[in-house]
Amino acid sequence: MITFGAGCLILAFAVAIYSGVAALLGTRGDRRFADSARRGVYAFAILLTICVVIIEAAFARTDLSLQVVADHSSTTTPAFYRFTAMWSSQEGSLLLWAWVLSLTSSAVLFATRNKHREITPWATAVLMGLGAFFTGLMLFAASPFARLSPVPPEGVGLEPLLRHPAMAIHPPMLYTGYVFFAIPFAFAIGALITRRTDASWIRSTRRFALIAWLCLGTGILLGARWSYSELGWGGYWGWDPVENASLMPWLVGTAFLHSIMVQERRGMLKVWNVSLICMTFSLALLGTFLVRSGILDSIHAFGESTVGGPLLVLIGVVIVGSTLLIVSRLPDLRSEKRIESLVSRESIFLVNNLLLVGLAAVIFWGTFFPLISELFTGNKASLAAPWFNRYTTPLAIVLVLFTGIGPLFAWRRVSVGAAGRLLARPAIAAGLVTAALAAFTDAASHPFALVMFGFAAFALAALVQEFARGAAAYRSLSGGSYGRALMGLFARNRRRYGGYVVHAGLAILLIAVAASSSFQTSRDLRLRPGQSAVVDNYTITYERPTADINPAEQRLTFGSVLTVTKDGKPYATLYPSRNYFAGVGTPAGGGPIRSFFEGEATSEVGRKTTVGGDLWTSMIPDLGPLNPLIGKADRKLMAIGRGIKPGDVRAQQTFGALQGLAIRKIEQTYLHDPPPANFRVNVNPLVTWIWVGGAIAVIGGLVAIWPAPEARRRRVADVYAARLARDLGRA
Amino acid sequence: MDPNVKRKIRLVVALSAAVLLAVGLIYTSFSASSEAKQPSDLLNASGGSYELTGIVVPGSIQHRGSELNFRMADRDGSKPSLPVRYHGEIPDPFQGGREVIVRGTVADGTFMADRDSLITKCPSKYTTEAQQDPQHVIITDN
Repeated sequence: MITFGAGCLILAFAVAIYSGVAALLGTRGDRRFADSARRGVYAFAILLTICVVIIEAAFARTDLSLQVVADHSSTTTPAFYRFTAMWSSQEGSLLLWAWVLSLTSSAVLFATRNKHREITPWATAVLMGLGAFFTGLMLFAASPFARLSPVPPEGVGLEPLLRHPAMAIHPPMLYTGYVFFAIPFAFAIGALITRRTDASWIRSTRRFALIAWLCLGTGILLGARWSYSELGWGGYWGWDPVENASLMPWLVGTAFLHSIMVQERRGMLKVWNVSLICMTFSLALLGTFLVRSGILDSIHAFGESTVGGPLLVLIGVVIVGSTLLIVSRLPDLRSEKRIESLVSRESIFLVNNLLLVGLAAVIFWGTFFPLISELFTGNKASLAAPWFNRYTTPLAIVLVLFTGIGPLFAWRRVSVGAAGRLLARPAIAAGLVTAALAAFTDAASHPFALVMFGFAAFALAALVQEFARGAAAYRSLSGGSYGRALMGLFARNRRRYGGYVVHAGLAILLIAVAASSSFQTSRDLRLRPGQSAVVDNYTITYERPTADINPAEQRLTFGSVLTVTKDGKPYATLYPSRNYFAGVGTPAGGGPIRSFFEGEATSEVGRKTTVGGDLWTSMIPDLGPLNPLIGKADRKLMAIGRGIKPGDVRAQQTFGALQGLAIRKIEQTYLHDPPPANFRVNVNPLVTWIWVGGAIAVIGGLVAIWPAPEARRRRVADVYAARLARDLGRA
Repeated sequence: MDPNVKRKIRLVVALSAAVLLAVGLIYTSFSASSEAKQPSDLLNASGGSYELTGIVVPGSIQHRGSELNFRMADRDGSKPSLPVRYHGEIPDPFQGGREVIVRGTVADGTFMADRDSLITKCPSKYTTEAQQDPQHVIITDN
């Protein structure tokens, strides 16, 4: 079966090359080549699907003869996470990349099979070039079908930290986002080569760009969520290079989604649009590269890898090639119209575009600063979160303001008087909110946060006004209640009103980010059972320790019961704990029990979530007092261990049982005579709204992506019209 | 005003904003960054703000109250190690043998890490010899 999979992979590589060549031949106008190339893409998708199924089946039955399975899964890995273990490996994530590429390429080529006869062969060639690259990478550098000999008795297992639902979906979401941007990129290249630079390539690939944007955004959110709830760190964003690598294409992609509207409506910004999509896709490749290369010091650097070099070459080819192409096509990319007034939607879009690209540029500089500084000073110096915040905060604040203004203005031009009328109510609302916050809360102590609240209030009020205006107009035409009018708005223009919902979600998200980062309280406490401490208006008492052993998951948990009172009233009982895992990670030396406690450990956070924010606690027990006991157990165990002959299975089992006994003894001692524990207590105001705002934005994105019923009807009508015309032609 | 002049003014304003941002970026990034060092670079150093990257020496981790003490060695593991004193949040993947990054200053041969500055590299790659090693504990059913 594995051999069959490996064969499919080789075949997929060959098919990708064939389709690419056939597509290039098809660019001369012979439809047979272009059609053959398209069918080749379908075959490519089918072959890679078989590969994915075979690999996933190997994970499902834990086929340890396969290197990728032995390295990332084990018989004790829970069933659901066996499936997701595929993309925690480099080979598996390359396969995922290629597979998603093959599926989305097939989808777009199927959708455009009767359109863009000149552009599609070029786009097919670009997509299959990428397909051949990634399958080639698997064949020659990181094969998912590599065998292990001899077959190990047990797999390494999936890193316990990655056993989280968000982590199961986060990587495929990011990759789907990265890969989907290849579609508009490939069509942009096709449009440039054939000089078909009108907006038709945009219309055909817009939805793919939206899906890419949405998946990437969702992936980023899930990563933040995982970091917040699982990492025992309490933060959701740390300006880590790999986080940045996913945010940059998202920001530039956001700019692209906005400025293509200007091209569709007004025939402007063509150079800008093709540049944006080339930048977005290059950044997406860079994201893939950064995760896998280990070039920057990151929490995500997955060790040195073999695929960094080729990926870098690919990025270079994409950047240089697309730049040369754009420069050579500049005469074909002239705007059909000019910006008539600064007070117009297109100019606001342009400003927002510049802000988004500016944000990406700042993040790019900060992310690659270690390399830049090494170039100039010979020293890999790096920048920390405060530096990023200094630039991104003001840019984000202005961005929110313009996000509020954009939807209010019409295309082409708005008279100053009309602009005043449109802006008046949201501005008053924002002013009132700001004044109230400054008067009744301590928000004024953080001016940036206060301004962000004010501008976000402005943006939200502007959106409410837009919905009200739209609903009123709808009612005056077709009557009915306001509720029906709102539904009608969505049905009539999903893209626009879905977009507004995205704006609302992101405004809420940014309010929450500003609040939770500016007004967080963070304390480290060291408590013995029975002791309490005060953090803000919470009183936290360490009631008693808990301990639990779970042989199925090979886990020992030391936990705590914390009771919390707020302003003297009972508020919550929290159970932060720390898990120690057997059998994963590298042994730390100094004996098995010491290795166990210094090895893989995860924090389970104790958290009380309310509308107003989170009370977040984590715990690390002080094992110092247990050290003599651990040392004693280790000395005894090691003396016994030395006497065991290799291959003596029964003696090894007895040895394992002794280890288990020692762990149990330590557990009992811990409960009986509990040592003090170190707690981190964070009060994170409004942090819940990050996830709420994010979810709202995702829903808005789905609304915008969903095909509008009218468009569907129009498509059907188009088919009828075409058939009618054909029949008439025959008659 | 002549629209062409207007366009030029806009362009100049936009470009100068971009240049200002770029200059700000370059200037602040060189002053705000901390030098990246390996433990062996700092054995005899004092003062200065550094970003220290290295491997946690297995068996060197000690929790003393809320303080965490450990030693860090170079990535190749060959050079002598540097003691690190740290307060604050300890990321889950922290353990002996792992590659970590901390920020801070050096005083009397000890690296005084900034609060909450400890970062561990995401451990998604493991070596396969792990489970054959008798040093690994197995928790049995009773």
